[in-house]
Amino acid sequence: MKRTLYLLGILLIVGVLLAACGSSAGQNGAQAVKTVIVTVQAKGGNTPSGFGTTLKAVKERGHLICGVNSELPGFGYVDQQGNYKGFDVDFCHAVAAAIFGDPNKVEFRPLTAKERFTALQTGEIDVLIRNTTWTLTRDTELGANFAATTFYDGQGIMVRKDSGIKKLEDLQGAKICVATGTTTELNLADQMAAHGIKYTPVVFEKADQVYGAYDEGRCDAVTSDKSQLVSRRTTLKNPKDHVILDITLSKEPLGPVVRQGDDQWFDIINWVVFATFTGEELGINSKNVDKIKATTQNPNVKKFLGLEGEMGQKLGLSDDWAYNIIKYVGNYAEIYNRNLGPGTPFDLPRGLNNSWINGGLLYAPPIR
Amino acid sequence: MMKQASVPFWRDERVLAWIAQIVFLVVTVAFLWYLYHNMITALAERGLLPSFHFLKLTAGFDISQHLIPYDRSSTYGRAFIVGTLNTIEVSILGIIFATILGIIIGVMRLSTNWLINKLASLYIEIIRNVPLLVLLVFWYTGVFLQLPRLKEAKFLPGPTIVSNRGIAMPWGKPTSTWHIYLYILLVGFILAAIVWWRLTLIGKRTGRMPLVSLWSTLTFLGVAALGWIGLVIFAHQAPLAPDLPKIQGLSTVGGLELSPEFLALLSGLVFYTAAFIAEVVRAGIQSVSKGQVEAARALGLNGFQTFRLVVFPQALRVIVPPLTSQYLNLAKNSSLAVFIGFPDLYSVAGTIHNQTGRAVEVTVLMMSIYLSFSLITSAFMNWYNKKIRFVER
Repeated sequence: MKRTLYLLGILLIVGVLLAACGSSAGQNGAQAVKTVIVTVQAKGGNTPSGFGTTLKAVKERGHLICGVNSELPGFGYVDQQGNYKGFDVDFCHAVAAAIFGDPNKVEFRPLTAKERFTALQTGEIDVLIRNTTWTLTRDTELGANFAATTFYDGQGIMVRKDSGIKKLEDLQGAKICVATGTTTELNLADQMAAHGIKYTPVVFEKADQVYGAYDEGRCDAVTSDKSQLVSRRTTLKNPKDHVILDITLSKEPLGPVVRQGDDQWFDIINWVVFATFTGEELGINSKNVDKIKATTQNPNVKKFLGLEGEMGQKLGLSDDWAYNIIKYVGNYAEIYNRNLGPGTPFDLPRGLNNSWINGGLLYAPPIR
Repeated sequence: MMKQASVPFWRDERVLAWIAQIVFLVVTVAFLWYLYHNMITALAERGLLPSFHFLKLTAGFDISQHLIPYDRSSTYGRAFIVGTLNTIEVSILGIIFATILGIIIGVMRLSTNWLINKLASLYIEIIRNVPLLVLLVFWYTGVFLQLPRLKEAKFLPGPTIVSNRGIAMPWGKPTSTWHIYLYILLVGFILAAIVWWRLTLIGKRTGRMPLVSLWSTLTFLGVAALGWIGLVIFAHQAPLAPDLPKIQGLSTVGGLELSPEFLALLSGLVFYTAAFIAEVVRAGIQSVSKGQVEAARALGLNGFQTFRLVVFPQALRVIVPPLTSQYLNLAKNSSLAVFIGFPDLYSVAGTIHNQTGRAVEVTVLMMSIYLSFSLITSAFMNWYNKKIRFVER
């Protein structure tokens, strides 16, 4: 009897596996699901996803839940006082400022690269601002929508200075540390295959493990977004012993991500980002915003700061939404310089992340 | 008399029992259906219809260790198989080494020598009371990553190259005579089986059981050695050519390369599980009553014979069932590999989940694979348990 049960169990599982591998199973599954939707019209899970529901839920809750990185100095990390700090974290504050007029009404959820999309899909977080690269697959298959890019990055490679590695071809036979669940893991495989270079990836889930193993000499090189390499280099034992190669493996546009299905929320996140761009374009920052608001005669500035045009209400927010962002968090240049610019350990040049006025890629649609 | 049988059905115990069973079944099925339905509708709302189509798509990522050919242009399905094989590899090796080490320590624990006894107790108490994850991280960052860098690698005889990139040891490369040698090995196996059968018959007839396993193994090894020598003399080609590792550029080439991740995972699992197996073995041996040993000694068996013929066969019946659950634990614990970067099933499935966003499908597949692996292991162990069960004659 027992043996029969075992046999049955094993048969069942093998059956499931076989069915899973056959393509017909997938189609049948999809069909079955369609039927369910048509006949039941389900009321769905615990998190809202239709138009306007996210903002409503956030307002009712009284704070925003923002998915961030907690291991990436400069972008998202916990400082010695236990507060979240960084470039991405500041955009969470900007969203909170736009909604509540208070930048601190944010709850942060630290997420690994692997966890982030599940957290977004299941509604555990309202918005994901965690140095996340915008790709076609993620935009479509993960049920995610990517808002305006906040940071244009490229994938780089860091090696030890004394290794003598100068170009990609020098990495023949190398061990390369990389974080799993990232676009960098895929780009690395693509680029190495394209150049016919044999290498061994050493894959970890958390950034601390990746850079820890690299620092111990487990790998000849470590690959990630260049900004991340610069940031993590400061946490290595001897930062001066490491050099970032002058190679860019890929385009990495990083920005906030929201769930599909709530266009209002998507618009809000987009325009919060655009507001920080616009603030820089108009020369408005956290220090002069009150003075400008009191004296300005410029119609564009008036619309931006909520003195005319009821721009905020069109987003479902109050009209001083952009004023609050600039006042409490700052414009893009302030956010950038505070976290990554001169005076920080990273001192990253603006490069592509400059306003279009200064020859960069940041270009906000008009607020009118 | 007949009247007595006509109890109304709502007071009939058998009917009530049936009804209780049916109600329980209905409630269980309804609950599972509710969970399933809830999941499907929640997924559908987000536009994520369950489908296993993604298994046929290009994976796009590399896996450092693969027992079957794999590169970035292979499919997700193949990546799944690679991860599964890595898990099976480390589990089987882990089970073998943990059993050997566990039995040794378990027997040491019963030694009358004070030092040996205490050493074994110390080992068991320390290892059993440290979480496996801590042990794994210790082996990885505390032992294998602290080995010298490749440039200062240690050369052990062989040559075996030891560095924090892992251990590269000499290995054999099959030559043109390898397939002939496989036939010779088959012949050796058959001869060994015949020896086994004959010796067992003799043992049963005379009542003096010879060392069956020893003689069969010797037969097999003898044929293997003769075959090797024969091939070298007559075909001028040994079946395996030595494949020696050497350092070339940034890595070692040739030989058998064991990565620090693999070594750390294997060591952690073996040392951890061995502590539990040692206790299982000790309990099994102690369960054999003292009278058995005394009777055996009275019959004139020496210490080794007593252990081999009287104590161990009886202890085995007590050992095997808990041993099975230790094996299952080891296989399932191997999923902690993800913390030290070994691409086992859980780690690879995690990457696939991440790249495709198919959380439910990937989890279902992963659970099914672990479940079937455990069921197969326990089916085998149950068969073995039945085989060694005390047969009364």
